[in-house]
Amino acid sequence: MNSTQALIKDLAIRYGRERTSLLPILQGVVEQEKYLTEFSMIEIAKELDIPASDVYGTASFYSFLETKKMGRYIIRVCKTITCFMKGKNQVLLTIEDMLNITLGETTPDGKFTLLQTNCLGWCHKAPAMMVNDEVYTELTPERVREILGQYFRRNE
Amino acid sequence: MTTNTSYPLKRVDFIFLNENDWKQILSKTLKRDKQEIINCLMSSELKGRGGAGFPTGLKWKLTSDSEADEKFVICNADEGEPGTFKDREILSQVPQKVLTAMAVCAYVIGASKGFIYLRGEYKFLQHALTNAINEFEHYCEDIGFHFQTSIFMGSGAYICGEETALFDSMEGKRGEPRNKPPYPTSFGYLGKPTVVNNVETLAHAFTIFKYGAKKFRDLGVQYSRGTKLFSVSGDTPTPGIFELELGMTLQDFVEEFGDGDTKAVQVGGASGFLVPRKRFSETAIGYQGRLTGISLPTGGSMMLFNSTRSMYNVLHNYLDFFREESCGQCTPCRVGCQQLLAGIEAVKRGEKHSSYLEKLLKLSETMQLTAKCGLGQSVANSFASIVENFWEEMVF
Repeated sequence: MNSTQALIKDLAIRYGRERTSLLPILQGVVEQEKYLTEFSMIEIAKELDIPASDVYGTASFYSFLETKKMGRYIIRVCKTITCFMKGKNQVLLTIEDMLNITLGETTPDGKFTLLQTNCLGWCHKAPAMMVNDEVYTELTPERVREILGQYFRRNE
Repeated sequence: MTTNTSYPLKRVDFIFLNENDWKQILSKTLKRDKQEIINCLMSSELKGRGGAGFPTGLKWKLTSDSEADEKFVICNADEGEPGTFKDREILSQVPQKVLTAMAVCAYVIGASKGFIYLRGEYKFLQHALTNAINEFEHYCEDIGFHFQTSIFMGSGAYICGEETALFDSMEGKRGEPRNKPPYPTSFGYLGKPTVVNNVETLAHAFTIFKYGAKKFRDLGVQYSRGTKLFSVSGDTPTPGIFELELGMTLQDFVEEFGDGDTKAVQVGGASGFLVPRKRFSETAIGYQGRLTGISLPTGGSMMLFNSTRSMYNVLHNYLDFFREESCGQCTPCRVGCQQLLAGIEAVKRGEKHSSYLEKLLKLSETMQLTAKCGLGQSVANSFASIVENFWEEMVF
C-alpha cells in the first residue's frame, strides 16, 4: 500500500464510508497532497464503493478541489470587485515577477502555484489573498514581497 | 406601530455585545414551551438575514409541523456574496450565540443534530470553532439536553450557499440546486425536514431570546424590524462591519459612510442592485414595502463607488463572477451569464451597436423568469440596474 492509499484508508475510517463522507475525504487528500490525481480518485471510489465518475464529478465541481497538478503552496489572489478596485493587479504582477510564472502556472520546482479566486470575504481589508489556508489582507507590492520571502525561506 | 418606512441611520450594538450569558439564556429558553418560542420569533418579525428574508419563526414552525423520524438544523456559513464578511466575524467573536440559537431550534423542531456549513475560505476558523462547539456540547450534556453539532467544510463554491445546493454538497454530490418544492422544511438534508438559517439570523434569534420579541420589534420600520449587520466596503473612509437599525435611506447611509464623492452604491452584493446617486434619498434599506419609495432587501453587502470608478468595469467583474460560479445545470443561467459578459464586451469594443444592450436586457429578464435558482434569477438585478443607469459608460 502506498502513502496515498494509506491516507485514503485513514480518512475513510475517520469519516466513514457513506456518500456523505465523500467531500471530507476529498478535502483530506487535498490537504495532504494539494490536488487529486486520477489514482487517488479511483482509490476513493473503491473505498466508498461508488463509481469513479461520481468521485470525479463531485471533485471537479469545487474550485478548491484541484484535479490538476498543483504546487505545495497554492496562492489564490482575490479578483472580485473590491480587491480589484484596491490594487489586486499590482499584487498579481508582483507575485508573477517574484516567481517568474504567469497566472495559472506552477514554479518548476513544484513549490508555488498562482491562481485567482472569487470573493474571499475580506473586502474591508482589500486586496486579499490566500496561501493554502492562510489569509493575507491589505496587500501592497511591498507586503507581498515580505510574505512570499518568508515562504521562500521555508524548506521542506 | 410606526408606519414610517424610513428612519434616520442609527447604530446599535447587540450582536457583538458579549455578556457571556449564553448558558443562562440557553437553560432559560429550553424550559419554555415550543409553541411559545415559535410565537415569540413570529411576533419579533425576524426575517432571514442571508438575503432572502424568509420569516424565521414560520420556517421553524413549518419544520416543527413536519412529521419525520429525524430532522436537522443547519447554520449556513457559506458566506460568498461579494462584499459580505459579517458571518465570519460573528463566528469568530460570538459563536456561542449562534450555537445557542441552533440548540433552541433543535429543541423546537425536534432535532438532535446540527451542522455549520463553513465555506472553505474560512478554514482558518475551524479550530477555534471546534473548541467552541466542544465547550457548548459539554454544557448541553450537563443540563441534559442532547444536541450535537459538527462543522462541514465547503470547498470554494458560491452556489452552495443556496440551501438545496448546500444539502447536495453535504451529501457528497455536486452542489447543484434542487427543484422546489419540496422545500427544506419537509425535504432537506438526506430528505429529512431541515431548518437552514444564516449565521446572523441565528445571532439575532439569540438577541430575541434574551431581550424578548418586543424589544427587537420596536427597532426598525414596518416590514423591516430589528437590526442588521452591514458589511461596508469600496470607496469609503470607514470600511468594516456595522450594526444598524433597519430602514434608513441610502442617503443617510452615504452621508455616514461615503467619501463625499459617492456615485453609486451596490446594495446586496453582485446579486443585488446598483443605486445611482439621484435615487439615494428615495431608496430605503429593508425588506418589502414600497410606501414611500423603493425598499431593497439585502444580505448586508454595501459597496460604495465614487466618481473615479467605471461602472462598466464593475458590471464586467460581477458577470465574470457569475459566469464562473453558475453551477451550469440550467441553460438560462449557464449560457445567459456567458452571453451577457460577451455582449457587453462586444458593445464596448464597438462590434455591436449600443441598441444591442436592449437585447441583453431582454436576455437578463428571461434569466430572471426561467433560471432554476436564485443565482440565475438575480443576475438581472445588477445587470439591469447598472446598464439602465449608466448606459453611456457601457457604450463608450
